[in-house]
Amino acid sequence: MSQAPQLDIDRVAQLARLALTPEEKATFSQQLGSVLHHIEQLARVDVTGVEPTAHAFAVTNVWREDVAAPGLPVADALRNAPAQRDHMIAVPKVVE
Amino acid sequence: MSSELHYQSIATLAARLGAKEISSVELTRAAIARTQAVEGRVQAFNSRDEADALAQAAASDARRAAGQDRGPLEGIPIGLKDVIAVRDQPLTASSRILADFVSPYDATVTVKLRQAGAVLWGRLNCDEFAMGSSTENSAFHPTANPWDLTRVPGGSSGGSAAALAAGEAIATLGSDTGGSIRQPAALCGVVGLKPSYGLVSRYGLVAYASSLDQIGPFARTVEDAALVLQAIAGHDERDSTSFRTDIPDYRAELRTRRGPWRLGIPKEYFGTGLDPEVAAAVERAIAFYRAQGCEVREVSLPHTQYCLDVYYIIATAEASSNLARFDGIRYGHRSAKAKDVVDVYFQSRAEGFGAEVKRRIILGTYVLSSGYYDAYYLRAQKVRTLVRQDFLRAYEQVDALITPTSPIPAFKLGEKSDPLAMYLCDIYTIGVNLAGLPGISVPCGFTGGGLPVGFQLIGQPFQEASLLAIAHAYDQAHDWSQRRPAL
Repeated sequence: MSQAPQLDIDRVAQLARLALTPEEKATFSQQLGSVLHHIEQLARVDVTGVEPTAHAFAVTNVWREDVAAPGLPVADALRNAPAQRDHMIAVPKVVE
Repeated sequence: MSSELHYQSIATLAARLGAKEISSVELTRAAIARTQAVEGRVQAFNSRDEADALAQAAASDARRAAGQDRGPLEGIPIGLKDVIAVRDQPLTASSRILADFVSPYDATVTVKLRQAGAVLWGRLNCDEFAMGSSTENSAFHPTANPWDLTRVPGGSSGGSAAALAAGEAIATLGSDTGGSIRQPAALCGVVGLKPSYGLVSRYGLVAYASSLDQIGPFARTVEDAALVLQAIAGHDERDSTSFRTDIPDYRAELRTRRGPWRLGIPKEYFGTGLDPEVAAAVERAIAFYRAQGCEVREVSLPHTQYCLDVYYIIATAEASSNLARFDGIRYGHRSAKAKDVVDVYFQSRAEGFGAEVKRRIILGTYVLSSGYYDAYYLRAQKVRTLVRQDFLRAYEQVDALITPTSPIPAFKLGEKSDPLAMYLCDIYTIGVNLAGLPGISVPCGFTGGGLPVGFQLIGQPFQEASLLAIAHAYDQAHDWSQRRPAL
């Protein structure tokens, strides 16, 4: 983090499964460049021996009784599906 | 005053409903009529279902007539930010990707409001997926600040704040990830409370950054905020981060907990970038507490300058993960022009998400990606530990911290086009989320130009009762919450 790294927007957009227009790529690269430049100051903080915090109040091993209860009915679960057939979500062909 | 039902407090209305002076149907009709009169200018709602609200109100009146009223929220119209699920109502998160989504179930807070007898009224506008500080990132329309229609209401819960300030609801719920309840509350002249992380269930809340998100109330008074918190707080087995803690009677504690308190002023919160009129109003609030006999001392939160960076790494990382579920397959927008199933992901997301959401997904994906994880994400989590320790150290000396809520009053619609400039709106609120603390914004005056100003009190973990009592001491001694915008 000593110098602002170049964000490879094509690679990152590929990882994020997000199609970007050439204009978006140019704009986001420039805007995120200045955000990353701001973030660079974190390199100055001495974090030797500091444990990371994932949650402010870590709660671990949360159990509840295994009680049978009704789930979401199929019709409700499918209500927002973009396409459906025979009580299933329909998607474009996956395997040729 | 009695003619303006829509501007009264929950506490007042609950007494009038209890005395059968008014009915919930009358009150709900008043909120609907007010909304019809001003909504064309304010645009706080994404959708509203008047018939459904009136049916709930009639059911409430029937319960009351049968002697089965459910407490202080019985029959009170409460609006919900459009990121909180209400069964059979739209849930859009102000995003095109969810434009046609209808909730198949209730969020836990929704269930709890129903159990408390509230009338669920409307879906309130926000920044898309709660990402923003002005509500301009909504895919549908911006919301105007009722105090000056050319200005923003703040964000991301701008619709929740504006609807309350405009008299379109009696209270509202929002969500707060980096200031999204407190900052719009300050900019719209209402009370806004972000509870401790884990006090209120996140089940049924559209996830933005799961380790930071909390649902909380907007209300006209601190007492009203206590009443709404009472209804929504508590452990929920449907949220694995929900915290098991005793829930006191918050309204009763407002009366039993009296000062003087020890208040800390974090010196890092009064530096450059703070508007002088905001600073002056907050100084007057501090002077009030001093005059009440509170011991006020300066404290230091030395890692404050890093909060914004830590936030934009952690929040975007979590967002990039949470928003991966929007892929056009099971629900939400599916692109019609995709060539194959993988292309469905790329094109549906490209068509469904707005610019700020795309920016944050890109940044979050980057900081989590191979080769950058340690330098960004892991380092940010470590600095988050230091930020949290700063607060806990300060609480060895003081009961609560007092700060401005926002460095500036409401700004003009379209004024902040640079993302980084927008991010700086949250510098006083972000640390609270990183540390999981409760924070409340309380109105404390107006600028010379007539814009509301709020101050923030930051409390100790799960000590909402004393935080609310400290806030109430100021609120009940001032009449800022009685002022109305000229709409």
